[in-house]
Amino acid sequence: METQKLVVSPAPHVHGSNDTRRMMGDVLIALMPALVVSVLVYGLQPLVVTAFSVACCVLVEWFVQRFMLKGPSTLGDMSAIVTGVLLAFNLPANIPLGLVAIAAVVSIGIGKMTYGGLGKNPFNPALVGRVFLLIAFPVAMTTFPEAAGAVTGATPLAMAKEALKAGVPVSEVMQNVDLGAMSLGMKSGSMGEISVVALLIGFAWLLFRKVISWHIPVCILGTMALFSTITYVIAPEEFMSPLFHLLSGGAVLGAVFMATDYVTSPMTKKGMVIYAVGIGIITMLIRLWGPYPEGMSFAILIMNSVVPLIDKYVRPRRFGAVRTKK
Amino acid sequence: MISTILVVGGLGALLALLLFLVAKKFYVEEDPRIDEVEKILPGANCGGCGFAGCRAMSEALVSRDDISALYCPVGGGDCMKRIAEYLGKAVAEKEPMVAVVRCAGSCDNRPRTNQYNGAQSCLIASSLYAGNTGCSFGCIGLGDCTLKCEFDALHMNPVTGLPEVDEEKCTACGACVKACPKMIIELRKKAPKGRKIYVSCVSKAKGAVARKACKVACIGCGKCAKVCPFDAITVENNLAYIDFTKCKMCRKCVLECPTGAIVEYGFPPRKVVESEPQQTAKAE
Amino acid sequence: MKTFPIGGIHPSDCKEYSKGAAIEQFPIPATVTIPLSQHIGAPAVACVAKGDKVLVGQVIANAGGFVSSPIHSSVSGTVVAVEPKADAQGNMKPTITIAVEGDEWMESIDRSEAVVKNINLTKEEIIAKVSEMGIVGMGGATFPTHVKLSVPAGKKAECLIINAVECEPYLTADYRVMLEQGDKLIVGARILAKAIGVDKIYIGIENNKPDAIAHLRKLAAVYVEVEIVPLKMRYPQGGEKQLIAAVTGREVPSGGLPIDVGAVVQNVGTALAVYEAVMKNKPLFERVVTVTGSRLASPKNLLVRIGTPMSALIEYCGGMENVGKVVAGGPMMGRAVSNVDAPVTKGTSGVLLIPTEESLRKVEGSCIRCAKCVEACPMGLEPYLLNSLTQLGDYEALEAHYMADCIECGCCTFSCPSYLPLLDWVRIGKAEVMKRIRERAMAKK
Repeated sequence: METQKLVVSPAPHVHGSNDTRRMMGDVLIALMPALVVSVLVYGLQPLVVTAFSVACCVLVEWFVQRFMLKGPSTLGDMSAIVTGVLLAFNLPANIPLGLVAIAAVVSIGIGKMTYGGLGKNPFNPALVGRVFLLIAFPVAMTTFPEAAGAVTGATPLAMAKEALKAGVPVSEVMQNVDLGAMSLGMKSGSMGEISVVALLIGFAWLLFRKVISWHIPVCILGTMALFSTITYVIAPEEFMSPLFHLLSGGAVLGAVFMATDYVTSPMTKKGMVIYAVGIGIITMLIRLWGPYPEGMSFAILIMNSVVPLIDKYVRPRRFGAVRTKK
Repeated sequence: MISTILVVGGLGALLALLLFLVAKKFYVEEDPRIDEVEKILPGANCGGCGFAGCRAMSEALVSRDDISALYCPVGGGDCMKRIAEYLGKAVAEKEPMVAVVRCAGSCDNRPRTNQYNGAQSCLIASSLYAGNTGCSFGCIGLGDCTLKCEFDALHMNPVTGLPEVDEEKCTACGACVKACPKMIIELRKKAPKGRKIYVSCVSKAKGAVARKACKVACIGCGKCAKVCPFDAITVENNLAYIDFTKCKMCRKCVLECPTGAIVEYGFPPRKVVESEPQQTAKAE
Repeated sequence: MKTFPIGGIHPSDCKEYSKGAAIEQFPIPATVTIPLSQHIGAPAVACVAKGDKVLVGQVIANAGGFVSSPIHSSVSGTVVAVEPKADAQGNMKPTITIAVEGDEWMESIDRSEAVVKNINLTKEEIIAKVSEMGIVGMGGATFPTHVKLSVPAGKKAECLIINAVECEPYLTADYRVMLEQGDKLIVGARILAKAIGVDKIYIGIENNKPDAIAHLRKLAAVYVEVEIVPLKMRYPQGGEKQLIAAVTGREVPSGGLPIDVGAVVQNVGTALAVYEAVMKNKPLFERVVTVTGSRLASPKNLLVRIGTPMSALIEYCGGMENVGKVVAGGPMMGRAVSNVDAPVTKGTSGVLLIPTEESLRKVEGSCIRCAKCVEACPMGLEPYLLNSLTQLGDYEALEAHYMADCIECGCCTFSCPSYLPLLDWVRIGKAEVMKRIRERAMAKK
């Protein structure tokens, strides 16, 4: 008995089922329905872009970690794969692969690894890559392939924005819009964002596996709905309906998968609500009055920058805190 | 066009004024000597002087009348002399010191009895239990001291699992002494040619217990104290200690020690004395 | 169903291994080694010397102060040594070693089986008895019970809560006591209630022990003041503050004590020991220990004399085959043992044997700010932050973030997906902050 070397470690001696790999795996599973819809709508191109994007992201992370940070490989946590998939989901299906590679370098290389890798980046890496492309290559980022069954090559949001700017009343714009088809994925847009139904299935999976809580997605979409309801009620012929706003653009993809990124969202539930409401409001401001038809990416990045401040001032409810005030 | 120039120009002027006023209001009057003293100090910010950093040290040096209690272990006597000259104050003379690791419980000498599997910190391991060997006094080997060393003078030796001091780089700032939860590291007088004699053990366990846990443990037999011609060695709690202010480095104790717990460094090799087995053990 | 307000985790309870094993008397070993410090506070002072003959239940060490507790011999025989010996963590601690000869009890101890129910002693007499018999908190914290029963002036106790939660996975000692000695337990609880002068007793039990709830409900039916409170299973419900909040809905203020909300909490084992001390004159020299593990041949609940080496218990239940880690106590808060020959003490609620393949922690990753630790913390702290502040050594900031509130339950480390040793660091930070708070208090005086 004496010869056996016992392990000694501080308590606790058991660990829960939480695991970074497991949670990243769950996010990937949750993204699958949206990928399937994308393939159905756009053909095989989304698969090619996604695979290429994942490969680029993994390669960039491996390269930086190996030759610049000179640390042990961090690929095992699968976060680079998740970033790769999310990046691809935020791009049009017909994007040139060269641009995907650039976006991967910006996402992982600049958006994540410059800060020291997973857990230390202030901004959502996939969105950093996407916004970089959006500003540097606006044409490639806003021309979408003709989708099977989709109405036009422009996204519903862009189309509506143009029409409203030209003075067309909402009722006329809505004649070209089939909300039911839109929610299933019959619309133009980035390859991951088109099917709201598929994304919501993914959301349900994430909730079921307790990977994320409902706070951020529900508060973002709720704020957007409330905001657009108010504008719609005030001027129904100048502003699109709340349902249109929720079903179009990157609203659901952003709310469920982008804004909930652990690293760049607040630590407390209260903080999450503030953060989510901020994203909702900024998104709607950009959509209604800003220069871009869609503002989800910008809104999330802007609120990402506020997260440290939220974490500083919004604290969890402490046990026995009420009576300490003397 | 004109209105734009006016607005931008006016705004600029207004903000400049604001900045000026704020800078004026919050200006902190400081003794310029503090900056000068800080320049003389080594700038290591190690805290070896007992202050939060060199800035705090220089503030104290400038503000106090009597600075004989203050000492920068890194800059040493030269540095303190220059500061004292600059400030026109008297300064204490101190002998150069060096950090010494008083444990020789390498993997060979001190077999591991269990496996530690927690956060890699001596402090955490030592607050949890006695350690991964039979000796509850010796080095834990997780390197808290090496992390605290600002001068790259302490490194873990992967073979022995013990920290080693690079005497060239060690400035005797004492950060490692504070960092070690087992209080193994001591600052001792720096002798010429890096010569050192000390008891490389801190075990207060009874002889048999200490010896069972580690081959080179001090068993507190007191032979060294008897042989020492300068009364430099005391034995207390089963542990011998050599007072470096009294030790004349005659090396008699080293030969006398039955376990090789007293070690010597930096001496020329001895002439072989008769045919007795060499017991100096671990020297170099 | 009631539970505590914030945080908490749901570890699998793993009680099935030893749940069904009735408490059995562990054979008296050939020698026992009884440590002099088995409680929080000043160590006891030995009052026997080498060569002395002692009886079972005889005082062998007197309390070393008010916050201290006397130690009684758990065997009859001859004292062979009074010297420091390695404890379970390998640290040298003063002990008394006794070679066993027969099993001769002190005459004063009532060894009859009859359950005495009438409490004739006064409040003061009960507290004196509890102190004299060396009773300490047996849930693991080992705080001397008489100190806890002495309600400070100006404070008023309103209820007694018996901690029958046993929220630590694996452990079943309290559970077996409830099933087998529930009647004594309830008398013990009533004695404790009398000592603190309250007429309301809650017994909080988690709903993973429905049979214990039903059994105690039946036994308590005749006493109006005793109420069995079923609680929703959740760790750390057995934490004093969590239990009070779960049962009464009141939160002990930050930095305060349970008595600030009028509650006194005592463990099941303690209540039983108090019954035996007060009614049977029996000092605390044996306790129920769960010896368990997922791979152990025959997990058991054993009535063990204090001072019996843990290795003897392990041998008795199936041995060290394929054991990678031995834990004294439960898996969440128990301490890993480096010396299995160390004795069972008053605070040893269990000996848990973890198989080799489960004994090592997984490789730690980096914090991904997932906030699982914040969600899990039952005190509403931010462990991720406390962890990094401790590593930075910023103790002022730690204090400002309520480091002193931490109860070291381990929920943060348990729930961290990156396997960060959060509590390892947080514990260090807490110790340092507590030291600073004490130093400030001393300086004020």
